[in-house]
Amino acid sequence: MNPEIDWTQYDCNGFYDELVAAPGQPREVVRALLADLAALGAEELAERQKAADVSIKEMGISFTVYSEEGGTIDRSWPFDVVPRVIPQREWQQVEAGLKQRVRALNLFIDDLYHEQKIIADGVFPREVLAKSVNFREQCMGVNPPLGIWAHICGSDLVRDADGTIYVLEDNLRVPSGVSYMLENRLVTKRVLPELFEHYAPLPVDDYPSQLFDTLAALSPRPADYPEVVVLTPGIYNSAYFEHAYLAQQMGAELVEGRDLFVDDDDSVYMRTVDGPARVDVIYRRIDDLFLDPEAFLPDSALGVPGLMRAWKAGNVALANAPGAGVADDKVVYAFVPEIIRYYLDEDAIIPNVPTYRCMEPEALKYVLEHLAELVVKPANESGGYGMLVGPASTQAEREKFAAAIKKDPRNYIAQPTLKLSTVPTVVKNSIEPRHVDLRPFILSADRQQVTTGGLTRVALRKGSLVVNSSQGGGSKDTWIVSEDVPDEPLAVSREAADTRGQTQK
Amino acid sequence: MLSRVAEHIYWLARYIERVEDTARLVSVNANLLLDLPRGIAPGWKPLIDITGANALFEEHYQDYGERHVVRFLLADQRHGGSIMSALAAARENCRTIRDIVPREAWEQLNGLYLFASEELQHGSTKTGRHRYLRELIASAQGLNGLLDGTMLHDQGYEFLRLGRHLERADMTSRIADVRSATLLPDAEELRPFDTIQWVSVLKSLTAYQMYRRSEQIRVQRAPVLRFIFQHASFPRAVRYCMEAVRSGLEHLPRHESALRVLGRLARSLDSAELQRLSHAELHDFVDELQAGIGDLHQEIAATWFLPPPELPQEQSANQTV
Repeated sequence: MNPEIDWTQYDCNGFYDELVAAPGQPREVVRALLADLAALGAEELAERQKAADVSIKEMGISFTVYSEEGGTIDRSWPFDVVPRVIPQREWQQVEAGLKQRVRALNLFIDDLYHEQKIIADGVFPREVLAKSVNFREQCMGVNPPLGIWAHICGSDLVRDADGTIYVLEDNLRVPSGVSYMLENRLVTKRVLPELFEHYAPLPVDDYPSQLFDTLAALSPRPADYPEVVVLTPGIYNSAYFEHAYLAQQMGAELVEGRDLFVDDDDSVYMRTVDGPARVDVIYRRIDDLFLDPEAFLPDSALGVPGLMRAWKAGNVALANAPGAGVADDKVVYAFVPEIIRYYLDEDAIIPNVPTYRCMEPEALKYVLEHLAELVVKPANESGGYGMLVGPASTQAEREKFAAAIKKDPRNYIAQPTLKLSTVPTVVKNSIEPRHVDLRPFILSADRQQVTTGGLTRVALRKGSLVVNSSQGGGSKDTWIVSEDVPDEPLAVSREAADTRGQTQK
Repeated sequence: MLSRVAEHIYWLARYIERVEDTARLVSVNANLLLDLPRGIAPGWKPLIDITGANALFEEHYQDYGERHVVRFLLADQRHGGSIMSALAAARENCRTIRDIVPREAWEQLNGLYLFASEELQHGSTKTGRHRYLRELIASAQGLNGLLDGTMLHDQGYEFLRLGRHLERADMTSRIADVRSATLLPDAEELRPFDTIQWVSVLKSLTAYQMYRRSEQIRVQRAPVLRFIFQHASFPRAVRYCMEAVRSGLEHLPRHESALRVLGRLARSLDSAELQRLSHAELHDFVDELQAGIGDLHQEIAATWFLPPPELPQEQSANQTV
């Protein structure tokens, strides 16, 4: 007989666990879930984990990694079967906070490309903008439809030891991961259908149609049914699976740069079997600098010559708008609470992680003195590259960073090392806590929508805080569930069920 | 439909067809050899002759022994026509157009690829081969059925049919060519084996049963050639494939010049008096037919596919098709 999982043996070592408040003590909303998992038993759960892995392999859910030999390999998407659960009431707060944040960021970007009032008013330092690598001169004065620049934003959320949820960073260039959020739910339903007997997590699969509506709302030819395309760098891009997936789910064409051209009328066309066909909206999954060799890198073959011209003329919409990445900068991140206050006259609903801006002399002094405790991040790296994690660093690394920071303080921020929350995760034949974050996606056009939950990424290595899939992270299904505790008797607490039965007699 | 996507669908179909045809070929040859006396058996070389990859083969293998030929046809990644190469290429093409192909079809192809690579060792043995090849053929057929049954029958589907039938016509003509060229000397006492060889030609195309049903005469050269080249309703006959290509072309815009090329091809096929051709003349006829199929492919590519990217010299040097 397969022994039940004993949650009293589950120890989260002082971290906040999303499902287990203390050994043997489930959080209210997941009581039934933990009981169901316990009844299933660790070995059976490990079997289901295997089934999920096979399923993912067969379904071809993958991401591409660049191998050391210089080639690329297609790796199955790492996934853990135990879902992460967020109570609906808590989520509503988060959702409101994310909308507020992205609203302010869009106003901020639009301001930067026009009058730059926030700088004139002394709220945002000119020097930060001057050194921004994602600010695009070419976008000055452009008016994208609805004044929106970041139509798709992926913000990373983390929960600290005391249970507070913070925004860790905002991704406004080409945030990825949403397809895995959708596929994770599908796989969970396939391999653990019994979990859905007690729970009806809010559905996630609206996203593709919401995305399509968001994109369609930007069309320069609103009277017609807009031609929306997804622009991918091609199959060797690490997120190619997602590009194809989203195009498929939206019924949009998946195009590469060479499928498109800009004609003398400054409009974009795709080369089809029937001849050229006009394109209205491009959901581009290519970085700014590769979009248009005429405007940016001349020898890039990924983009479309003349695309910026067509965009500025208003003949095609680009999502996200070129230049939106200016707000992706980690130093800009440090100003977001002020940005929200400035444009919306509101306090931020979700706090930032406390952040030291090295450009400020006092902060710089503190950071240099406390390198061993802090996480230091350069302004414009992503995927967890180029960081200093103080507590895990060597003296030599700290010295190297200290020199780099002193040389260019504007390029660095520092944050206290967070104690990222954990979620029970299948490890061989048992269950152990592993650290997670959460990436919800916020859509903005004529209205704003937030994914139900988001992509939970999990650091599969024991003790590791690195959740990026490019660095060995995995993911989990994310459930937003109502606090109304399931009324069904719990599979496991047979005693309790029996007693209830007796009292009813 | 994007030109690039049309091209990928076309090649996807060609590669799937290639996998199936190659699997049939190996399977039937193995059976044929069991039926023929050792001294007169043509061995395995004809299979390489069929693919036309002799030069490549000889570069890497010393002799045309069974083990080498089978490995070359099943597994050799240097050979673009090997089952594993074709499967990998089919999968890459399918991955590129995942948004167009029904998800089940992608999963089936992906599963087929995984099966073929994981079982390859076993499938390369004498005993494991039969089951392995049967599974490949069945999966490829299943995939075709799935695509026929679930994909939009729009322009993309026409390109699927074009690719499938051009590849099939090509393979059928190759099989007929090589098999008839290696036929036994015309000696009275070898007659029974002669029949066996023509039966194997039919079986390579899964045509034996249908031949019986349709022709109702014993298996011999002239009617077999007519059947596999000129039959209008047998789906692996060249004539049938050409008709399928014609109907595909007619559904596509700007099809005039491709139809002209096809017309020439079909006329020469219809007017050929195959029973009168000697071995050598048959070979010339097949050569001409294949050149025609090549022309048709060129015309299709020029009309509907994306012009090849203009790459810098060093990059293009690394591009292989």
